[in-house]
This record gives sequence, structure tokens and C-alpha cells, in this order.
Amino acid sequence: MSEEGIKKFMFVNRKAPYGTIYALEALEVVLITAAFDQDVSLAFLDDGVYQLKKGQQTKGIETKNFSPTYRALEGYDIEKLYVEKESLDARGLSEEDLLVDVTVLSRAEMGNLMEEQDVLLSF
Amino acid sequence: MLNIINKSPLSGNSLDSCLNVATGGEILLIEDAVYAATSGSSFEKKIREAMGRFRIYALLPDIEARGLADRVIEGVSTVGYDGFVDLVVANRNCQSWL
Repeated sequence: MSEEGIKKFMFVNRKAPYGTIYALEALEVVLITAAFDQDVSLAFLDDGVYQLKKGQQTKGIETKNFSPTYRALEGYDIEKLYVEKESLDARGLSEEDLLVDVTVLSRAEMGNLMEEQDVLLSF
Repeated sequence: MLNIINKSPLSGNSLDSCLNVATGGEILLIEDAVYAATSGSSFEKKIREAMGRFRIYALLPDIEARGLADRVIEGVSTVGYDGFVDLVVANRNCQSWL
């Protein structure tokens, strides 16, 4: 633990939005955690990187477009968003396709960052 | 770190992602992930390769429930629920790869 009572929480997002409820549920829990002044970070890998794709339009599927919420996380002092480069590459995406500022990490860097965490929650 | 997997490696990518990203440590296969611990599956090669970097465990009650107790890959350690708890306690952190 870095400081007294503060733990490093990482939320690992590996699912695309809308097809399942995981991505939205992760956001809900992230926002709850923010209220407890913990060291929170979000990781996006595999299909989880699709959560951050710019230009999501959900009117046609009558589902709430929750993608703007990722841009609001900054207001809750959640500024550590990490995206795995290999996952972007595999999907033909680059950092410019994402709707929020992120840190792009290699697979190895992502693994090391996970190792540093006190708590990892997977969605 | 203890990495916990509960999905079949043949129908999802949880175990693949874990093997690709995790730096090492221990992997516990539970529920449908125990299929990864059985010889003759197309995933066996990956499990054998992973043994160099990870210690691999599988939950015996889940293996027995699926009729696979006689074909656990050599080098995979089987544990009961008590062993599951021991692994969680022995590791500084753990991650359930959904």
C-alpha cells in the first residue's frame, strides 16, 4: 500500500459495450469506488478497448449511450486509463480512435502494472 | 499474483489473455476452465508451455464433476476448496479473469 488506508484498485475491462452488461456495470462500480478516495485505475484490453471508441450512436438499439461517462471520470479524479496496444492493433484501432485521453501500454507493461495492484476487479 | 480462470479455453479468451498479459505467478483453473487442464484437448500445448512461467492448479471437485479426473495433465496440481483458500492467502493479490 502506498499510503495509509489507500489501496491501488484496478478495474480490468475486457468486454465490448452493449452486447453484455459488463462494461456498464464496471462504470457503475468505478464511480462508487471514486467516492472512497482510493487509487483507482482502469485497464482496457481485448474487446474492452471497443468501450472507448469514438462516435458511439445507440439510438437505433434503444440503449443508453454510456460512452460519454468515460470523459466524465476526470471529474471524479479518475485519470488513470490504460489501454493495451496489442488489443488496439488487433482491432484496427489507434489512440486517435478513442474518445478520451489514455496511456497506451504494451502487453508486458500492462502485466507489470497489474502486478502492482492491491485489488483487481475484472469485468 | 493468483490468476483465477473459470471459463473453458475453447469458448472464451480469458485463459489466453491471462497467459499473454500476466507476468507469472500462479493460475487456478475452476469451473469450466478445468477443461484446460486435461490431456488431449487442443489447449494442452499452451498449458504445457505456460508451466515454465506459471504454477498451474485445477480445482479437483470441478474436474471430478466433469468426469475428467483420469486425464489431468502431468504437472498440473489439483487442489480442493481448502487448497483454493490457501492459494488466495499465499498471494499478495489475485485476479479473476472473467
